[in-house]
Amino acid sequence: METVLESSSKTVVIGPERPFCVIGERINPTGRKAFQAELQQGDLSRIEVDVAQQVAGGADMLDVNVGDPLADEVELMRQAIPLVQGLTDLPLCIDSSVIEALEAGLGAYRGKALVNSVTGEDERLEAILPIVARYGAAVIGLANDDEIPMEPERRLEVARKIVSAAGDHGIPPEDVLIDPLAMPVGALPNAVTLFVETVRLIREELGVNMTCGASNTSFGLPGRETLGGAFLALAASHGLTSAIMDARSEGIVEAVRATDFLLGHDEWGASWIAAYRRKQAAAAA
Amino acid sequence: MTHEEILQGLYDFTLVGNAPEVRDLVNQGLEDGIGPESLLYDALIPSLEEVGARFERGDYFVPEMLIAARAMQGALDILRPLLAETGAKPVGTYVMGTVKGDVHDIGKNLVNIMLEGAGFTVFDLGVNVAPETFVQQVQEHQPDVVGFSAFLTTTMPMFKANINALVKAGIRDDVIVMVGGAPVTQEYATAVGADGYAADASTAVRLAKDLIAKRRAAVPA
Repeated sequence: METVLESSSKTVVIGPERPFCVIGERINPTGRKAFQAELQQGDLSRIEVDVAQQVAGGADMLDVNVGDPLADEVELMRQAIPLVQGLTDLPLCIDSSVIEALEAGLGAYRGKALVNSVTGEDERLEAILPIVARYGAAVIGLANDDEIPMEPERRLEVARKIVSAAGDHGIPPEDVLIDPLAMPVGALPNAVTLFVETVRLIREELGVNMTCGASNTSFGLPGRETLGGAFLALAASHGLTSAIMDARSEGIVEAVRATDFLLGHDEWGASWIAAYRRKQAAAAA
Repeated sequence: MTHEEILQGLYDFTLVGNAPEVRDLVNQGLEDGIGPESLLYDALIPSLEEVGARFERGDYFVPEMLIAARAMQGALDILRPLLAETGAKPVGTYVMGTVKGDVHDIGKNLVNIMLEGAGFTVFDLGVNVAPETFVQQVQEHQPDVVGFSAFLTTTMPMFKANINALVKAGIRDDVIVMVGGAPVTQEYATAVGADGYAADASTAVRLAKDLIAKRRAAVPA
């Protein structure tokens, strides 16, 4: 199953036989108090650097979240989407828990966007899926409802419910990316084994594409690049096809591209070798 | 072992989160006649405060803090009934939860343990707690403080929703409201009308005690 996302000039295809889709997480005020303060002033200028760094780091798509409770998130999203689309041709992931902000972002977007996100809760499904359908977008479905299931089978059931509800609204399964929920391994020792088992089940039972917030895994730990790279390699080998992740981290992005090669998604290592040559040339320059 | 060695051992084993050793030493200390208050205030609390300080400096990581807290929790399970017997009144009562839409609980759980260690009775409502549930639990337990935790900028507005629900239920002035979580600022806490905000667990405990003291001074019981 392949998920197609578009900007006005570029197409990204997510699928099990494709290279892993790296979605840059950086445009998000969580954990960035300076950015929060700027958003409250209506100042989006910091986004330019965020875009440049993530594009240089090798992102395939960018997530855009401008949520701050003291700011006008709907208006900020309406401005941020054309701003980012003016800076890069990468397709975008419109990220908000505020339904009006998702709508404003979709209204301002040129192309086919990814909406982040809906859960398995009935009220969220009923509110968000019609908007996704109206704009012909794709959507991320988190495998939780009012609680987070701690067994892979129960997460699968939530995922199944989301795919089915999407279908009821005319959204095909290829336009649903399930998030199997990456949790901090520093707080939950079986977080990653549970995660990869969930990924495997969803791949076998539903066959849909999947994404996750990969940085959650290494929260509060040292050596986040190494942990992040190992996590994504493991997860991709079980069927994860994209992640919202730190695209500015050379170590993690290289681990993802190495995994593409090792899993047969980069035939003869053409991209791997080309990236090496680019790096060499940049070092020589 | 001398009393001093037991207290030092408790401090050291709590620091590295060795729950079985901590439990054994608490029991041994009690057998040897060390009072439960001494075990708590001369070993366990100073150790957990050191854990908090190391974490804030970046010397300790999340798992280390969590296992230390778990060791402390094991000790408290033994000491709590004994402390109650000695007639030590709880410092205060605290109802705590992560707001609706948010499932992050690492920070909240740490604050809870620090509060319990400091002598609070804590009712933990868990994560994704609806405003109605907060209201109902505040009515039931009549705590000194209710704490709202949020880890996401997108769930922080629930602070306001919770406070509105308390106002609507006519119990806003009966309880101190504290808020916290990674993206929360003093400015935001003030804007939503909370009584207190703390950036970390030890500050939260100190602030809770201060706010309770102020309130008790202002309103004669």
